[in-house]
Amino acid sequence: MLRLAKLTMTTLLLLVPFSASAALKVFACEPEWAALAQELAPQASIYSATTSHQDPHYIEPRPSLVAQLRSADLLICSGSELEIGWLPVLMRQAGNPRIQADQAGYLMASEHVLRLEQHDKVDRSMGDVHAAGNPHVHLDPHRLLQVAEVLRDRLLVIDQANAEAYRLNYLDFAGRWAIAIEGWQQRAASLKGANYVSYHKNFSYLAEWLGMARLATVEPKPGIPPSAKQLQQLYQQLAGKPLLAVLHTPPQSAKHSERLADRLGVSAVNLPLSPDDENGADLFAFFELMLTALTDVKRAQMEPQ
Amino acid sequence: MKNQFGWSAVMAATSLLLVSQQGSAQARGSITQNSFNPAVSVIFDAGFASYSNKKAYEIAGFPLAGEAGVAEQGFALNEVELIASADIDDKFYGELTVGMHQDGDETETEIEEAYFQTTALPHGLTLKGGKFFSELGYLNVHHKHAWDFADAPLLYRALLGRQYGDAGLQARWVAPTALFIELGAEWTRGDAFPAGGSGKDGRGAGVLFAHLGGDVGQGGSWQLGFSHLQADEVTAELGGHSHGAANTADNEFVGETRLSAVDLIYKWAPKGNSKARHLKLQAEYFRREMDGRFSYVEGANSGDGSLLAKQDGWYLQAVYQFVPRWRVGLRYDHLGSENRQVVSNRAGFADDDELFEATGWADEGVEPERSTVMLDYSNSEFSRLRLQYSTEDSRHAGEGRDNQVLLQYVYSLGAHGAHRF
Repeated sequence: MLRLAKLTMTTLLLLVPFSASAALKVFACEPEWAALAQELAPQASIYSATTSHQDPHYIEPRPSLVAQLRSADLLICSGSELEIGWLPVLMRQAGNPRIQADQAGYLMASEHVLRLEQHDKVDRSMGDVHAAGNPHVHLDPHRLLQVAEVLRDRLLVIDQANAEAYRLNYLDFAGRWAIAIEGWQQRAASLKGANYVSYHKNFSYLAEWLGMARLATVEPKPGIPPSAKQLQQLYQQLAGKPLLAVLHTPPQSAKHSERLADRLGVSAVNLPLSPDDENGADLFAFFELMLTALTDVKRAQMEPQ
Repeated sequence: MKNQFGWSAVMAATSLLLVSQQGSAQARGSITQNSFNPAVSVIFDAGFASYSNKKAYEIAGFPLAGEAGVAEQGFALNEVELIASADIDDKFYGELTVGMHQDGDETETEIEEAYFQTTALPHGLTLKGGKFFSELGYLNVHHKHAWDFADAPLLYRALLGRQYGDAGLQARWVAPTALFIELGAEWTRGDAFPAGGSGKDGRGAGVLFAHLGGDVGQGGSWQLGFSHLQADEVTAELGGHSHGAANTADNEFVGETRLSAVDLIYKWAPKGNSKARHLKLQAEYFRREMDGRFSYVEGANSGDGSLLAKQDGWYLQAVYQFVPRWRVGLRYDHLGSENRQVVSNRAGFADDDELFEATGWADEGVEPERSTVMLDYSNSEFSRLRLQYSTEDSRHAGEGRDNQVLLQYVYSLGAHGAHRF
């Protein structure tokens, strides 16, 4: 045992000088925040704890995440209890004072914008509801820009040496983003007023931005999959109503969404919630992909059969 | 559309103004860990147990201590856990776990854990103080309700008295490397089995531990642990081998205890999406050495002498969630011992072997083993229903196998915190 401890210590002493580097380290809970950090701090070493194939509610607090969080200068997450099942336990294990709740290195994005679906009273019988509101705020590009601004301010505090670069990167991003928003809104004008159904309440901010209305969720309560009977009731409730599509994300059960969409005669659209190498690694490509998916469905519906 | 751009610019400027005016503390916001402060949760662990072997539970060669027994036959409320946790202030976090169980008419209350932990030390350091479950082995730090089977692995029962926790201090360090490396040490009272008696003026036990871990591809992750317990001035009260009647013997060990553990965990989920399907493989190996003197008194029968007990055990288990909410598990346990007694004094016993048997250290050629299969259903992460079947062969020679059926339900009310890897 002692010999092992000695060996480990020696190995560590060899490792430490190489792993220590001056680059700012960013730990993002979700890929969207990694992508945003990439826009403002392209020189930083940025790590995303999750991918678009995972459900950020349910993440294994695995050792590699502790190791990454240990050295992070900035933690950026959606917040509003989205990561409550795994982030607090990582934070307590990592021994990193820079990313604790009272520090500049702790940024919970959704807690800096106006959230939808806040609840005064929450009860477990309602399923896995976030009292603080819907945390998936990045799907509204305006709110995303607000978060970008908070992120810039944090970077200015954490890494003053590169303050000028962060200011310029933000201005550059905000400009390109505003132009992109204009383009997207023109392209998505046809979606205004469209109804949709989603598996979970993931797309509330996107819908609010585009003027779409959610008629129902496939899951009866957040985090609880539907039974056959509940799907049948949902079908009866929705049959005959104008509907664009049933939306779900890659980690969610496609089976239920597809079955419902089939019966209703609409498309089930698998829409990633986060940017990814496959979905376009940056935020611009990610929004393009989402809008293309939705407008394609709309166009197909408009075409005469 | 021009308007839209103008609006976002105005909004951006406004929020910037707000941020700078409100000052940093407010603007930063904070994670609402739960609606209450402290976060309080209550966990019920109840169920039904049936054993084919009606004799008192024993493991040949392993005199039991602590809470090493099995759940009560029939319907029973096994345990109620009351957990409260909160950030104490900006530098400390605290957690309390009180375990309550029913023993006849009485309710026994035990403080399982009550500790503070630092959150603001630099360089990956964390200090913990109070009473806490040790980092010895893997499963030991996890509360019973978080276990993947209804009962403890045999080696936890036989070598740790189910779970090892004591009052003291713990220091941990996480290395600044991409490979997870955690080193730590604990210095404790030495009151809990396999230590005991609060030796060295209440500084009787120490644990060293090391964890390594990382990812394999997108869906896999692993952790390897080494740990070692040392206690030099141990006085431990043990259960002996009762011959049918209730065990009223005074069975004591005085000496030193060493325990070394290796554990390996591997978890996998398709693309890391554990909600749908996931697999968890878990294996641990413990080796314990107790070197000292034994003394045994039961009525007119008594004896004492020196004892050297070398014992080990391992288990391997796999738990697979094959569809959301449903999991199936398999587990195999194995124990072995090589114990030697040299009798100095003896009274009432026919020979040394009879005394050896009575103390429970005689393995009588039995290598205890158990095979278990488990199925559980979780309606949500707060409720779980579990059915488990085991066949165990760990009694003394000639006492036969025990076929065990356990039905367990675990319900958690309130703000239940996250579990570790």
